[in-house]
Amino acid sequence: MVNMESDKPETKDLESEPLYWLDNPRHVNWLCYGLYVACALLFVLDLFGLYEKHAHFDFENWIGFFGFFGFLVFFFLVLAATQLRRVLTRREDYYDR
Amino acid sequence: MIDSIPPGLLLIVGALLLSVLRGKFQQVMLLVLPVLSGLILWGQAQNATSWENMVGFSFFDLDIILIRIDKLSLVWGTIFHIAVFLCAIFSLHVKDTLQHVAGYIYAGAAIGAVFAGDLLTLFVYWELTAVSSVFLIWASRRDSAFHAGMRYLIIQVGSGVLLLSGVLLRLHTSDLEQPLFFGKLSLQDPGSLLILLSFGIKAAFPLLHNWLQDAYPQATPTGTVFLSAFTTKLAIYALARGFPGTEQLIWLGAAMTVFPIFFAVIENDLRRVLAYSLNNQLGFMVVGIGVGTPLALNGTAAHAFCHILYKSLLYMTMGAVLFRTGTMKGNELGGLYKSMPWTTFFCIIGGASISAFPLFSGFVSKSLIMSATAENHHGMVWLILLFASAGVLEHSGIKIPFVTFFAHDNGLRVKEAPVNMLVAMGVTAALCVLIGIFPGPLYALLPYDVVYEPYTAAHVINQLQLLLFAILAFAVLQQTGLYPSELPKINLDTDWFYRRALPNLVTVCCVQAAPMLKTIDAGFVLFREWLLSLMYALFGPTGLLGRKWSTGGMALWAAILLGVYLVLYYL
Repeated sequence: MVNMESDKPETKDLESEPLYWLDNPRHVNWLCYGLYVACALLFVLDLFGLYEKHAHFDFENWIGFFGFFGFLVFFFLVLAATQLRRVLTRREDYYDR
Repeated sequence: MIDSIPPGLLLIVGALLLSVLRGKFQQVMLLVLPVLSGLILWGQAQNATSWENMVGFSFFDLDIILIRIDKLSLVWGTIFHIAVFLCAIFSLHVKDTLQHVAGYIYAGAAIGAVFAGDLLTLFVYWELTAVSSVFLIWASRRDSAFHAGMRYLIIQVGSGVLLLSGVLLRLHTSDLEQPLFFGKLSLQDPGSLLILLSFGIKAAFPLLHNWLQDAYPQATPTGTVFLSAFTTKLAIYALARGFPGTEQLIWLGAAMTVFPIFFAVIENDLRRVLAYSLNNQLGFMVVGIGVGTPLALNGTAAHAFCHILYKSLLYMTMGAVLFRTGTMKGNELGGLYKSMPWTTFFCIIGGASISAFPLFSGFVSKSLIMSATAENHHGMVWLILLFASAGVLEHSGIKIPFVTFFAHDNGLRVKEAPVNMLVAMGVTAALCVLIGIFPGPLYALLPYDVVYEPYTAAHVINQLQLLLFAILAFAVLQQTGLYPSELPKINLDTDWFYRRALPNLVTVCCVQAAPMLKTIDAGFVLFREWLLSLMYALFGPTGLLGRKWSTGGMALWAAILLGVYLVLYYL
């Protein structure tokens, strides 16, 4: 899919390039730790009932409902979609042949 | 005078002017037209004594209403004008006049359709959006774009034909009070059902959806931004106008939010990922229309408004990447944050908005629909929407920015997007954040007076729990290597039926039928030979009827015939 308007991407000498902050795996780990802490805090809010809920459904009052739901459905979605590849995925020139 | 200018017409006429202008003049005109058109619209809205301002005329006993300005149409009219303006900035560098002209006729037609008060006017604009927008796809000038454009055109024009058929059926149904008026339609008469089907095609209902994912990724980098704003949202407006509170739409919309997200996870073409994501967002709006309470319809209007902004923003960032790198394939991109930091930043804002993070526009609009669904006790649908919300986060919030700008560095080093693209992205991103922080003005624009407070503690915390734990799942999947990598492959969708199955079926039928056709053909040849030889025997040089006859013989035969006639007459 070559576009007419595009410039040609240039591949510079990548070795001489300065390292970016995210190039350091340790910094990526810091971001992950930040995420774990945020999730833990949000769970604690639920665990001790530190805010007022006005639930429309009973299951909304289960401790950590939104967190567990988000985690599980995300996991399910990605794994299920990966399985879909077996059925749906074809070569790129499938329709051209 | 100014009150009788149909909204959108200025853009259509202006497009003709654009076709003869070049360079700076064209650029200025591109920016001036939407501003002028928007000012006229708001002038008309202010002048209206009530919120029901209609201008029309009678034509062969048909009541044509060219302008109907009320609160519902004004929401769409406003956001469409903003979208044209942003698209204009984004495509200011484009020298291809065809794209500007097509884009402006298309946008003008979409605006005109929103303010159409009768179904015939709606039909005319409906078809005009189809016929003009296809040029934004063809403007890519690739073979694949040409074919995708053809498929798009057939389906879009087909939707218009269904609409017209529905209108004609309504005109011939005697018990309808105002058959031509575009108000709430019931599902009782067959004409309205056809109209619903027509709207459904344009709104990309499940199984009718695939023109969207097929055609949009084939358009030019700027053309897709135009396309993403108008066609489907016009269909959402038409549904909100014609079929609010139609319960069947609740489940239909719920299905619509779910099935595209599976495709989005495994799709490699990033603009196609966004097309699936667009489809999923339309599902939320359709659920709102199906629920049909003032809160839900407000939600649909607000979501359409915000959606146009953040979806345009996402398409703009992808357009900029395509413009610079020449590819949209996830497996070829990555690490672009190093060379396109601003585009990265704007893409993340777009992703946060569509994922409905608090303080971003998606949060204040989607909440309305979620609350309306919950208040009407549609528990199962509510859970499906919650699932779909996590899905949106997966493909638009994480996959798009991650695969393009981060993931593994593919060594692409390009220039940052052109200034005009950055300005367009910047303004759009600012609007996404501003609406998220100050939803007041947006809520004031909505069609119904409903007091709603999106920022309650429970609301914010629950949404953050949903999103952050979903991101946690992403982190786990990524670290365990379970997250699917981008593959240079395509995935089958319903277009398979008309691109593969149907042509194959025709081929198979032809092959099977060939021997039979041969037999029939041979039969015809034999019959022809026999007929010719018979003719030759009768009329040839030696044939019975071809011979010369003597005058006496002729007279004798005439006398015999007359005699026979006489005998028969007396019998």
